[in-house]
Amino acid sequence: MSALLDVQDLSVDFPTRRGRLHALDRVSLSIQPGEILGVVGESGAGKSLTGAAIIGLLEPPGVIVGGQVSLEGRRIDKLPPEQMRRIRGRQIGAVFQDPLTTLNPLYTVGRQLVETMQTHLGLSDRDAKARAVQWLVDVGIPGAAERVDAYPHEFSGGMRQRVVIALALCAEPKLVIADEPTTALDVSIQAQVIALLRRLAREHGTAVLLVTHDMGVIAETCDRVAVMYAGRVIEVGSVAAVVHRPSHPYTEGLMASIPALRARVDRLAQIDGAMPRLNAIPPGCAYNPRCPKVFERCRHDRPNLMPAKETQAACWLYAEGAVHG
Amino acid sequence: MLGAATASYRGRICVRGISAIPAFIISRILQAIPVLLIVGFIAFALFAFVGDPVNIMLGTSYTEADRVRMTHELGLDQPFLVQYIKFIWAVLHGEFGVSYRLARPVSSLIAERLPATAELSLAAALFAMLVGIPAGVYTGIYRNAFTSRVFMVLSLVGVSLPTFLIGILLILVFSVLLGWLPSYGRGTTVAIGGWTTGLLTVSGLKALVLPAITLGLFQMTLIMRLVRAEMLEVLRSDYIKFARARGLTNRAIYFGHALKNTLVPVITVAGLQLGGIVAFSIVTETVFQWPGMGLLLVQSIQVGDIPVMSTYLLLVAVLFVIINLIVDMLYFAVDPRLRVGRAR
Repeated sequence: MSALLDVQDLSVDFPTRRGRLHALDRVSLSIQPGEILGVVGESGAGKSLTGAAIIGLLEPPGVIVGGQVSLEGRRIDKLPPEQMRRIRGRQIGAVFQDPLTTLNPLYTVGRQLVETMQTHLGLSDRDAKARAVQWLVDVGIPGAAERVDAYPHEFSGGMRQRVVIALALCAEPKLVIADEPTTALDVSIQAQVIALLRRLAREHGTAVLLVTHDMGVIAETCDRVAVMYAGRVIEVGSVAAVVHRPSHPYTEGLMASIPALRARVDRLAQIDGAMPRLNAIPPGCAYNPRCPKVFERCRHDRPNLMPAKETQAACWLYAEGAVHG
Repeated sequence: MLGAATASYRGRICVRGISAIPAFIISRILQAIPVLLIVGFIAFALFAFVGDPVNIMLGTSYTEADRVRMTHELGLDQPFLVQYIKFIWAVLHGEFGVSYRLARPVSSLIAERLPATAELSLAAALFAMLVGIPAGVYTGIYRNAFTSRVFMVLSLVGVSLPTFLIGILLILVFSVLLGWLPSYGRGTTVAIGGWTTGLLTVSGLKALVLPAITLGLFQMTLIMRLVRAEMLEVLRSDYIKFARARGLTNRAIYFGHALKNTLVPVITVAGLQLGGIVAFSIVTETVFQWPGMGLLLVQSIQVGDIPVMSTYLLLVAVLFVIINLIVDMLYFAVDPRLRVGRAR
């Protein structure tokens, strides 16, 4: 089975005056063609950083120090900048978090669509303009034929995110990395934008790496989920398994802390403590100081992903011959 | 509902495209009127408070009757307000008085000197922008490169050294030591209609190089530093990151998306600085004996030739008002957000 995107043991460091911070530590992910993979985790777990590292847009001084990223079997993490540029937009599109700031305020949305398509697809002005209008129709902008000449500030936040999605998809990439695409939006708009993203991905056969901390979005949209914690992937599996029958104690805690409408409780469930800072990640399993099921091995040895119930989890509970839990 | 939304959108395009800009220009011109009246008042007050024109014009031997007659002829025995209104009236009709020193109408003196200053200022402004903007973009993009650091150090020199010193140093190197370029004057000029130009002869162009660089150097370094600072700011923005994520070429990102977003503050400062180039070409014109308005002003100040001084003051004020108007219109051209903001 050949994955569309295969990330193996990807590590990203931030060199600082007080030593190197390991922001991503041997992260492995894979996405099949047309699949929607959710990446969840707390703020600072490395979700967005993973996306940025894949498309080669890490903010300095962040550097990839290990592992590899392959697109359709071809390594792309060490490509020269010009070749990587040709991949961005054309092979891997991106949707950013805040639609109010991701569009250039001085150019019409039509012009931004046209330049993206002309950069990658070599279209004539006329074809590109026609396609730009069609894309605006596809993402559900009313009056697209006129709105194509409007500036970003003439659109609402939700409409702008639709334009951003059109921009991410217009050069027909095989994969879109959507980094918290609904976080900055009004709650009433979030569902529409997610539904749009899912519909377009299905129609065009585009795979999506959906970074979010909203479990509701994950449950509705994704095929599989990866859970990140302190720069590591700690559990991967199908949505149903991860959401309803998680293996890793952290994922269990995460799912238990989602308030349900039907259950009447006095206090919301929470995980005690906080995710460690990058300069203070404990040895062994990064979650061990907070883990209710911690035992001796967790404090010394770092677990890698291993088969666990219905998912893959980085947890010694599932080591062969383990008698705990 | 959809139809209504589209209709209001169409309406906004109309407002934005056609009626908003002229209305804005008219309001700006109306605002300029009080400014010009105040400057006119100061220019007029020069006559009353800087020396006594009657004294200057009478010379050394005169009778009291001569004095009274001349005071009456010049209208100086009339009330202050009447004199001011007469002055404004005359200015509006293009009558700026007669130079005490040269006994010729100031308007024709200025008209003779205007082409020299206009060409010098234009050359200096072009130099400042054509060098300053690319250098600012370059140092903004490659902010740690060795060449960027060299640019920044040189620009510090440009900002700190006074104009006359730079002019003298340039003369020393390129005229005295190397002998490549003339050290003073406009070279050979050609008259086209009432306009004498040095741009059509080799000696005229050669004579223009050193004064233009001297005059434009400060503005060049200022524009460069401003563009650099704005570029650093804009390159951190989300829409630049998104432009990269869309795989646009560096050229499109830097010179299309980034540079255009730096333009609003750059236009503001550059516009005012270009006004400054014209108004304060005095020092450069003196160093290079450039026969422009600045030199005329310096010569006039030395002998207290008030009609020339007050006319120069008015001219500079009008120039600044015009430049500000152009700057405001350029904002509209660059930033679409202003157009709708005005229309609403």
